[in-house]
Parts: sequence; C-alpha cells; structure tokens
Amino acid sequence: MILEVLEFGFMQRALIAGVSVAITSSVIGLFLVLRRNSLFGDALSHAAFGGIAIGLATNIYPLWTGLTLSILGALGITKLRQYAKIPADATVAILLSSGLALGILLISLSGGFTLDLFSFLFGSIMLVSVEDTLAILAMTGIILSIIILLYRQLMYITFDEEQARVSGLPISKLNYLFIILASVAVIVSMRLVGILLVSSLLVIPNVTALLFNKGFRKTALISILISIFSVVTGISISYAANLAPAGTIVLVSTTVFLTVLAARYYSKKKQVVKKLEEARS
Amino acid sequence: MVLDNISFTIDEGDILGIIGPNGAGKTTLFSCMLGLLDDYTGTIKILGDDIKKKNGKVFKSIGYIPQKKTIEQNFPATVEEIVSLGITTIGKTSKEKIALALETVDLLAQKDRRVGELSGGQQQRVLIAKAMVNNPKLLILDEPVTGIDLEMQNRFYSLLKKLNQENKITIIWASHDLDAVNRLATSVACINRSMFFHGKAYEFFENPDLLKAYSESSMQAHMHLHNHTHRG
Repeated sequence: MILEVLEFGFMQRALIAGVSVAITSSVIGLFLVLRRNSLFGDALSHAAFGGIAIGLATNIYPLWTGLTLSILGALGITKLRQYAKIPADATVAILLSSGLALGILLISLSGGFTLDLFSFLFGSIMLVSVEDTLAILAMTGIILSIIILLYRQLMYITFDEEQARVSGLPISKLNYLFIILASVAVIVSMRLVGILLVSSLLVIPNVTALLFNKGFRKTALISILISIFSVVTGISISYAANLAPAGTIVLVSTTVFLTVLAARYYSKKKQVVKKLEEARS
Repeated sequence: MVLDNISFTIDEGDILGIIGPNGAGKTTLFSCMLGLLDDYTGTIKILGDDIKKKNGKVFKSIGYIPQKKTIEQNFPATVEEIVSLGITTIGKTSKEKIALALETVDLLAQKDRRVGELSGGQQQRVLIAKAMVNNPKLLILDEPVTGIDLEMQNRFYSLLKKLNQENKITIIWASHDLDAVNRLATSVACINRSMFFHGKAYEFFENPDLLKAYSESSMQAHMHLHNHTHRG
C-alpha cells in the first residue's frame, strides 16, 4: 500500500517538499532556539500573513508579498531593538500582532476568507504544485548553502556575540543576513504547516535534539532527523487516517519530544539509583 | 566621564599588568581597545593601526579572554567546536591547530566533551585555547581568574608565562591580584578613572609610596562601593 501511495504525484511532491522544509526549518530553528528567540519565527509568519493578504488583494503572487513584508518587518524590529532598546519579546509581539492585524483588515476589505488564505493559514502540503515544489527546493538549496558556508560564524555569534565582534566578524551584516534567511525559511515552511504552526517546526525538533546533550553539529543532525521523521510520519498518518497533515506533523514531533524527555528522565533516575546502590555496597 | 587621561604603550613581548580597584574603568578601557566602544577622544593604536578603523587584520591578531563568565550549561558545543571558533581561515591544518591549542592548555583529552559540563577553570582554559588557536600576536585578558580556585589560578599563571615566553605573545592583563602581577608582569599600568602610574613592574612594586597610594585608592573605591550598596 505504501508503494502504491508513492506512485501518486501529489504524494511524491508532498514528501519532497516536506523533507526540504523539515531540513531548512530545523537548521534555522537551532540558531533561533539557542538565541532565545524561539517566537521570532511566529512573528515572521504573522508578518507574512499581512503580506499574503496584500498579494491576494492585489493579484500579486502571495508568497513574494509575504516574503517581502516578513523581511521588512524583521529588519524593522531588529532596528527597533538596537536603537530604541525595546526588549526582544516585546518587539516580537509588535511584529506578530501588526502583521496579523494588517491581514485581518485586508481580508475584511476584500469580503472575507478565501480558500487560498485558508491554505496559507493551516498549510496545504498535499496540494503543492510542481512549481511550488521546485521553488521550495531552490529556496532550501540557497538557505542550506549559505548556512553551511557561514556555519562557524553564525555559531560564534550564537555562542557569544561580544567575543565574535572582537574577533572581527561583521556582526550586523551577519545578523541581517540571518534574519533574511529565517524569513525565507518561514515562507517555505508555511506551505507545509501553515502560518499558525510554523514556529513548531522551528522549535520542537531542536528542543528535542538538545535533550541528547551532544555537540553543535550532532545536535543539528539529530534535529534534522527528528524533523524529517515527524514530517514523513505525519504526512503518512494524515493520508491513511484522513487527518489534517499540518496538525498531525506537529503532534508527531510533540510525541517524539515527550518520548525523549521521558526516556531522559528515566535514564537519569536509573543512574542515581545505580550510584546509590554502589555507594551502599 | 568613566575614564580620563589614559596614555600608555606596550612593547612587543611584554606582559602589561593593568591594576586598579573595582570600578576603576579597566573593563571600559578594554572595550575601547577592542573596538566595542568608540565614544572617546584620542587614539588607540594596536599593532600600528588605529582601532577605530576596524581593520579586520588587526582584530584577527588579537586574542581576547573576557572577565570570567559561566558558559551556559546547555549550550550544545564540544570543547573542540568552541576552540574552532577562534580559527579565522579553515584549512587542512585546522584540526592540528586545535589539537595544539588544547594540548597547551592541557585539555586535549577533553576535546569531545560538552563545554558546559566542564568546571569553571576548565572552561576558562577552553576560552584561552580559542583565543590562541589563531596564533595571536596580542592577548588581552580581563580579570581572567575571578571565581577560579587557587590551584587553577596558579596553573593559569604558569600558562600565561609559557604563552609569553615560548609563543612570544604580548599580553595585556587586568588583575586585582597584585602578587600575581608582581610575579608575571614586565610593566604595570595603574588606573583609577585616570592613570596614576605606568612603568616597569619593579619600579611600581619597589616603591612603597606608590604601593601606599594604590592601596589607599583601592580602599576609597571599596568604601565608595560599600556606601553605594548600602544606600541602594
């Protein structure tokens, strides 16, 4: 049955696009989580929502308008953090609510929600076209190439921005570049799980990978594997049980997180008991 | 104004100990020297270049070890990965450079451990390995042994001496520990908001008037800090 399903073009596209998104979002998400910026993805996706509504209202390809607004919003709040010294979580709240408000306003002006808008809000991985898949693959390729090229520099900034600055790294340029990459990653991920669940793909696989207590490269690899597993399993379950793919993918990754957390708890408990027994004997 | 009237030079191969009480402005001075602050008048030249020009080549010749701060326990990086951050150009020899730096700080056996699992003293040595992996010409250290036990402090000072004598690295080092500065530094700059001594280390430590002036100024700074804390 599995092989039969794979013969369907929509399923092939869903899996190819899904795996690409899984890799991109976990790589970008690792830096966001470690910089304590987990909700930044949420803010970017909500800003993109405003942009998508502009695209739908003006008949411009919505992903481009979404991407533009998301990048502009992200750069704007970064400047706001630097110059007005506003706390990071407050700037995230400003971007998130402003993007959503813009979207709602435009939707009400254009006469209500459309099917297109619903697919951006909740994802529509089973409906991705060949063009969408190619666009997702291209964007994934660009993001991964840049991250691989600048991996050490980005890791240095994440580890200690002040020391990275002293070592001569162009911190502002790297931060702006990262924001643009994160915006592209969010736009790519929206196709899979929708605006409302984007940050789960960025955050949950990485938080799970961190529980393994490994180094940077291994943590990134574990996160990618968890993300791919969640996406492929989620798509398969949702097809077999006729469930919403986005919700299923996110719940699979939450289940993986809870399982690893429980395994870690029991292994720690076992270690303590073993040490106590050794001390007694 | 945090600092005023600061002027000193350091010769290649010297160890300059910068001493001064808490709040004397040592960290501010380092921030200016490292290009983190540029809101000052005057010129700071390192290796012949004005630091305000932000010449990347100069920054790459500087190794910096900040005032001791704990590395976040959950940060997912191995000792080897942290040291690799100090390398500016990755090549075939990177692994060897990292191994050499870790060997110098006696941490090669720990290279695959997560940096957050190490003790405070070991973490500080990882940061030293990171600072020296790129063969810096100048090492700047801001009170690097604060919060580290005495045995580790002594190992750290031996390491500094080795880096200076064997690797020919010039060192600028801020410290509270007059005894250690007396043992290691070739020259001393004494600051408390402004500079009140700069010269050879022996000139400072063999002059009872200067030592008395320093301890009085330290005491005043301590009292000032104490009063502030109580009022706060």
